[in-house]
Amino acid sequence: MNTDVSSYPRDWRRYTASQRLLRFALYFLFILAIVQSVRTIDVIPEFLYDAPEQMLDLLNRMWPIHWASFRGDISSALIETLHIATLGTLLAIVLAVPVGLLAANNLTRNRGLNLLARFILVSSRSINSLVWALLFIAIFGPGAVAGTMAIAFRSIGFVGKLLGEAIEEAQPGPVEALTATGASLSSIIQYGYWPQIRPAFWSIVLLRWDINVRESAVLGLVGAGGIGMALNSAMDLFQWDRVALVLVLIFAVVILAEIIITRSRRSLL
Amino acid sequence: MGATLHIAGLVKAYRANQPVLKGIDLDITGDGLTAIIGPSGTGKSTLLRCVNRLIDPTSGRIVLKGDGESVDLATARGQSLRKARRRIGMVFQEYNLVERLTVMENLLTGRLGFTSAFNAWRRRFEPADIQYAHELLDTVGLRGFANQRADALSGGQRQRVGIARALMQRPQLLLADEPTSSLDPKTSVEIMELLLDQGRAKRIPVIVNIHDVELAKRYATRIVGMSEGRIVYDGDPQGLDAQVLKQIYGGESWLH
Amino acid sequence: MAELKMDTPKATRPFALSWQARVGMLLVFVYAIYAATQLGFSWSRFQSGFELGARFVSRLFPPSLERMDILWQGIAESLEIAVLASTLGILLSLPISLLGARNLMPAWATWPSRALVALCRALHPVIVAIIFVKAVGFGALAGVLALTVASIGFIGKLFTEAIEEISLKQVEAVRATGASFANVIIFAVMPQVFARFVGFATYQLDSNLRNSTMVGIVGAGGIGGTLFSAFQRFDYDFVCTILLTIIAIILLGELLARMVRAILLDNVTFRELLRLKPDTRLRAPEGDDA
Repeated sequence: MNTDVSSYPRDWRRYTASQRLLRFALYFLFILAIVQSVRTIDVIPEFLYDAPEQMLDLLNRMWPIHWASFRGDISSALIETLHIATLGTLLAIVLAVPVGLLAANNLTRNRGLNLLARFILVSSRSINSLVWALLFIAIFGPGAVAGTMAIAFRSIGFVGKLLGEAIEEAQPGPVEALTATGASLSSIIQYGYWPQIRPAFWSIVLLRWDINVRESAVLGLVGAGGIGMALNSAMDLFQWDRVALVLVLIFAVVILAEIIITRSRRSLL
Repeated sequence: MGATLHIAGLVKAYRANQPVLKGIDLDITGDGLTAIIGPSGTGKSTLLRCVNRLIDPTSGRIVLKGDGESVDLATARGQSLRKARRRIGMVFQEYNLVERLTVMENLLTGRLGFTSAFNAWRRRFEPADIQYAHELLDTVGLRGFANQRADALSGGQRQRVGIARALMQRPQLLLADEPTSSLDPKTSVEIMELLLDQGRAKRIPVIVNIHDVELAKRYATRIVGMSEGRIVYDGDPQGLDAQVLKQIYGGESWLH
Repeated sequence: MAELKMDTPKATRPFALSWQARVGMLLVFVYAIYAATQLGFSWSRFQSGFELGARFVSRLFPPSLERMDILWQGIAESLEIAVLASTLGILLSLPISLLGARNLMPAWATWPSRALVALCRALHPVIVAIIFVKAVGFGALAGVLALTVASIGFIGKLFTEAIEEISLKQVEAVRATGASFANVIIFAVMPQVFARFVGFATYQLDSNLRNSTMVGIVGAGGIGGTLFSAFQRFDYDFVCTILLTIIAIILLGELLARMVRAILLDNVTFRELLRLKPDTRLRAPEGDDA
């Protein structure tokens, strides 16, 4: 035990000089980005001051909510939205499973296939579902088919990436045991991986369905079917009380979806 | 230099008319190690936490006197309470280190009572304190651990950091709430040795809650036995015969 | 020795799907067919879709390199929207989240905070963007405000949960040293939640980057508007350029987010930063994009 008190160091720093430099650089760059953005962004002051008045005016026009419209095409549009979300999710699962398997680097040895699958997943995630809808409208024409395909293709990336991670986290033990018995690849997947992945799988599917219900509701804004189209036409005609109805319905559907999911979670997981 | 603690008529009731502490009178002076023993639920932990006001007593006085200053901890508030807390160091059963901070930062937590918020955020502490921190690390046998994260340490190591943190306050009184309950027998002995040694070296009284009677008898200079919220024994470790223990803990089978 | 009577059990296939699972799969299949017909899927449509799809893809390539200045303008605006919305969102979420923590705050603070956060989450960012376009006019400001609301909804909820999960024992120990309230927050609360907060913040930055490319479709600024008009003009090779740029920007954003987490959380040195490998430790929180 060192009894010479003066030999103990008198200073202490939390970070080394190199770490401090990096942290400082980070903050500096961040401030720079903010300043640059504020300077170049296009803000018209008159609009800003006008905003509260505009908002109040909007709210006034939205009240009372035009409940009567519900009996017309709006209720069928709502059902269509749910179909788009559900079918789109199902399609995504069917497409995402092979891609996800290819992207997992403990299942697929071929690096080229691996990278291609990862690229597919990345593109799917980076392109917004609205943009996917525009793409599919260009192919199939406006309507629910484009919307369903858009939802499906957007979800492939989400489901595929998370599935891939779940597969990577699977324990190798049971898989090794099955391989040692000479089981076929499909058996290994079915009995070695699937039981481990199952809870994550359901969790991912439910989560994506939840998100897809929200997304499906707005796809109609660009013409891809569902209640978004009713929203779009109501806005074009400045029928704000109908707009309010549609917004309330979207809100209700989202809450309904949340309830279904919470219940399903309990029984599936 | 050590302080004296004078507890008079301390009562604590979590629910009305169901007091956990039923009138405690206790005087602690000198620089020995006082062990408080007794069954679970008898109020040992409550008693200790009333001293540094982590729990508010229902009634009674807890007077801490040292260095010419005297304060009734039971009624102190705000700034004077914080100042009083600075004079009391506490060691916890589950170490209660800030897991994500390094050992050095955990030690410097002991000086937070003397540091402004700005300096705390910038991690700017007095050089003399840093020096003392290194010295304490050496004393508890953790030299070179200064930049390790607290959650990377073993239980025994964490408790040493906990003790060093308490000593960083340069306290006049050291409290320890079941410091060895989460440790294995060998480490428990090491920790008790450390508490006893440091109490003597800094010349401050040490009060330890403990449920291992053998450990208590081995290291304490004074034993206080509690049962059902009252003190039923206060004296030498030698005086702890089977009869006294039965009075404290009840039943005989555990006495083998 | 008596003969052992062996009772051969009825041969059951192990791992066979339970009948519930089979019925479930059948129901799902039937639903899929039903929904498909309701929505207008038909085999002929699908077939023609493939043809049209192939033709469409050929029109995408090669990507057009004219009008790069318009492209750059749109991307720059999207980046600005993302940066400002994230900053505002993070700054505002901090106090809102703290107020919503039930283990630290009383009910009159937690209820309004949680209600506000729930409201921010309730509507899709595009719808919020439309509302803001109506309120403050077309342009980037509407986009910034819309994505700020989305950020508050996301970070607010998760950060409050993080604060509610902290260990109060660590807080107790720091209080026992006589530290002031501020010091207790700095040394006992913040270290426990900082890592998760950085995770949420970087995640939201990426999410805003994605969304900022899209709010332009409803007039809230950014490359979305450019993209939409390109579609309307059937200018598909320009569309391809824009899409590829968006993918590249988002990949860059993810890389940036990993670096930020590495610098702030893992305390890497400059050399380690350059050797950065894919982040396998910090999982993105459950959010709307992955």
